[in-house]
Amino acid sequence: MSPDLLKLIFGRLGFESLPLHEPIVVGTFAVVALGGAALLGGLTYFRLWGYLWREWFTTVDHKRIGIMYMILGIVMLLRGFADALMMRGQQMLAFNGSEGYLNAHHYDQVFTAHGVIMIFFVAMPLVTGLMNYVVPLQIGARDVSFPFLNNFSFWMTVGGAVLVMASLFIGEFARTGWLAYPPLSNIGYSPDVGVDYYIWALQVAGVGTTLSGINLICTIVKLRCPGMTMMKMPVFTWTSLCTNVLIVASFPVLTVVLALLSLDRYVGTNFFTNDFGGSPMMYVNLIWIWGHPEVYILVLPAFGIFSEVTSTFSGKRLFGYTSMVYATVVITILSYLVWLHHFFTMGSGASVNSFFGITTMIISIPTGAKMFNWLFTMYRGRIRYELPMMWTIAFMLTFVIGGMTGVLLAVPPADFVLHNSLFLIAHFHNVIIGGVVFGAFAGITYWFPKAFGFKLDPFWGKMSFWFWVTGFYLAFMPLYVLGLMGVTRRLRVFDDPSLQIWFVIAAIGAGLVFLGILSMLVQFAVSFLRREQLKDVTGDPWDARTLEWATSSPPPDYNFAFTPVVHDNDAWWDMKRRGYQRPLTGFRPIHMPSSTGTGIILAGLATAMGFGLIWYIWWLAALSFIAMLAVGIGHTFNYHRDFDIPAEDVIRTEDARTKLLAGAK
Amino acid sequence: MTVAVNPSQTGEPVFYLADEHPHPEGWSTSLGFWIYLMSDCLIFAILFATFGVLGGNYAAGPAPKDLFDLNLVAVNTSMLLLSSITYGFAMLTMQQNKIAQTQVWLAITGLFGLAFIGIELTEFAHMIHEGATPQRSAFLSAFFTLVGTHGLHVSCGLIWLVTLMVQVQKFGLIEANRRRLMCLSMFWHFLDVVWIGVFTFVYLLGVLR
Repeated sequence: MSPDLLKLIFGRLGFESLPLHEPIVVGTFAVVALGGAALLGGLTYFRLWGYLWREWFTTVDHKRIGIMYMILGIVMLLRGFADALMMRGQQMLAFNGSEGYLNAHHYDQVFTAHGVIMIFFVAMPLVTGLMNYVVPLQIGARDVSFPFLNNFSFWMTVGGAVLVMASLFIGEFARTGWLAYPPLSNIGYSPDVGVDYYIWALQVAGVGTTLSGINLICTIVKLRCPGMTMMKMPVFTWTSLCTNVLIVASFPVLTVVLALLSLDRYVGTNFFTNDFGGSPMMYVNLIWIWGHPEVYILVLPAFGIFSEVTSTFSGKRLFGYTSMVYATVVITILSYLVWLHHFFTMGSGASVNSFFGITTMIISIPTGAKMFNWLFTMYRGRIRYELPMMWTIAFMLTFVIGGMTGVLLAVPPADFVLHNSLFLIAHFHNVIIGGVVFGAFAGITYWFPKAFGFKLDPFWGKMSFWFWVTGFYLAFMPLYVLGLMGVTRRLRVFDDPSLQIWFVIAAIGAGLVFLGILSMLVQFAVSFLRREQLKDVTGDPWDARTLEWATSSPPPDYNFAFTPVVHDNDAWWDMKRRGYQRPLTGFRPIHMPSSTGTGIILAGLATAMGFGLIWYIWWLAALSFIAMLAVGIGHTFNYHRDFDIPAEDVIRTEDARTKLLAGAK
Repeated sequence: MTVAVNPSQTGEPVFYLADEHPHPEGWSTSLGFWIYLMSDCLIFAILFATFGVLGGNYAAGPAPKDLFDLNLVAVNTSMLLLSSITYGFAMLTMQQNKIAQTQVWLAITGLFGLAFIGIELTEFAHMIHEGATPQRSAFLSAFFTLVGTHGLHVSCGLIWLVTLMVQVQKFGLIEANRRRLMCLSMFWHFLDVVWIGVFTFVYLLGVLR
């Protein structure tokens, strides 16, 4: 075939795009391909495709979508963590003239992919998944406000993850660092597909995130059960509300800044170029106007989880509920006024830097208030050191250290010394692992019995906990030391042999974290095998306080047979204390949204369009776009999107639970 | 929704609704659409900010004074403003359940929108022909992106408008279609407001600059 025709069909995609010269990637590909083939073969052999399609892929049930988000987050955690291990290994080895085992081309992709995956495809899905699962239950709703949109959002997030994963085997990923600063990310310095993968993966996933933000705000504002005023909402719901407000008010900025970068790359405009009046610093400002709120998007729900866990396992009402809510709101607002602290060294002058330095320090006040609230909740409580509480204590110790190094970095003169050093790396891993990751783990262990009807195995949970916590400290405390000695981030080889010992310690720490992740996977497997022993039929295994524990575990499709009425902050606690009797008669049909395959189809088309744009396969991009329009418009012609669960089905489900509860007593 | 949350006559606290009515269809739609509009507003805010920062960087190329024909822009602006008025008429006739009239006003709205897009494209073509391309300077990059994004929104609005006209024709002014017309109405007026900003900050102040 003529080269022109080939180019028309395949764009810039060719055999040379496959990284066959990189033995590590080829090996990974072999493993992934074998594993993937085994998985697909297994699904086909056990005839699970129909079940998966009907019950999971097309579902609009917020609980199932929440679980799928969690699975996505955990799968991507494995990928992101593999990148982390590779970096730790490389930096440990590359001394005394050794080049390590990763060449620069590959290493730069590894650190970029690590950051992008961990933030967008691990932390975000875990947080969104927990909010999706828990919030409607906590507010006594049957589903979210826009159930179809929820399914669509999830699949768009998956679409972004698929593009990032594809970059591992087809072409390459960005070599720019996780925020892809121009001019490096512009076409002149990054002419290959790496940055385009980055852009389209984030754009596709970003649509999903924004829509799910709108969805959850509406859910919380419009679907709370009677009696639940704003100041009676559980704290997790409050932090979710603030997080989703942040999502809606910040992700459009990311969308725009990436769109402008793509215009620079595809059309040749001059937004972020060095000449024709462009300004690379404009990009840095804009992306951090999104980026700083983003870290609060991640950590606020974690704060909510810790609040629920602390009060449940201390057997006490949360201390300072009102101050907790106000602290959350204040953090939400302040998170928009600090973005410049990510680049004090830009040279904006003393006054601008002072302003942003001070606002940054102020954020530690509401955060500190929260910390004291948790401590006072525990004070004179009957604390049960179950796993979620252990993660919470680890969080409190770890996060305080991370917070204090953050305040240190907020001092502009200190930042001039520490900017882009390993001290910074240690700081943000300190708060993100100590805050978001520990929070997600606390949330997973806390709500797992709600989602599946049995608890997670405590032994393997504790193994995972201790490996993670010790591993974390071993991996990141040395980075503080190295950062203070002036070592900058993203280095591949080192000259000074005296630094090596610190990198060896950090690598050992990463190894321990690896064992922690393995223990967690073992924990899931063991818990599944021992599910009969770990079973909980009461629906309230922790003697908890909020509404999600009032229904069965796992909850029925409709969540609550009768919409609850709330009188107190700790609604379920109040119900238990005042002798609530579960209704046994008078069930009625329940109105519910129906499943639809439109979400997954649209997201698949969006992913194909992204792929076409990345590789300049214009016909694919155009075709997918037109198909998206057609499917989207076609979907609006379907006016019958819900159905009634017949009263007999409700009666059958509720009677089964009555029997179970009777058996438990 | 009003429900008795107070203790019942017997003094026992009420913990669930025995007599429940599901939320009416579209209960959250207006709020959701408002929030979506605000997120869209943020997109324009960032594009305005970008234009504010880069709008003076002509890179020795053409400046607004050399490019903008305020008469043409005035005509264009009137097209969009008129389309907003006619959309308002469409909503009024919708309230009176007059399908045919609603359709006529929607069609007129669409024609004004089409005229707006046509004039804008003519303006763009003219500028590009003169060498004032989006690649020429940061000012022009920011100009084409801001104005183009608005134009893209209007185009999406037109596709939506046609879709809704088909649906109104097919299914009548049912509750769902009224809600959809209401959403498009908010979208359409929102684009009008954004255009006022474009007209003022890009064109008028640009020529003064």
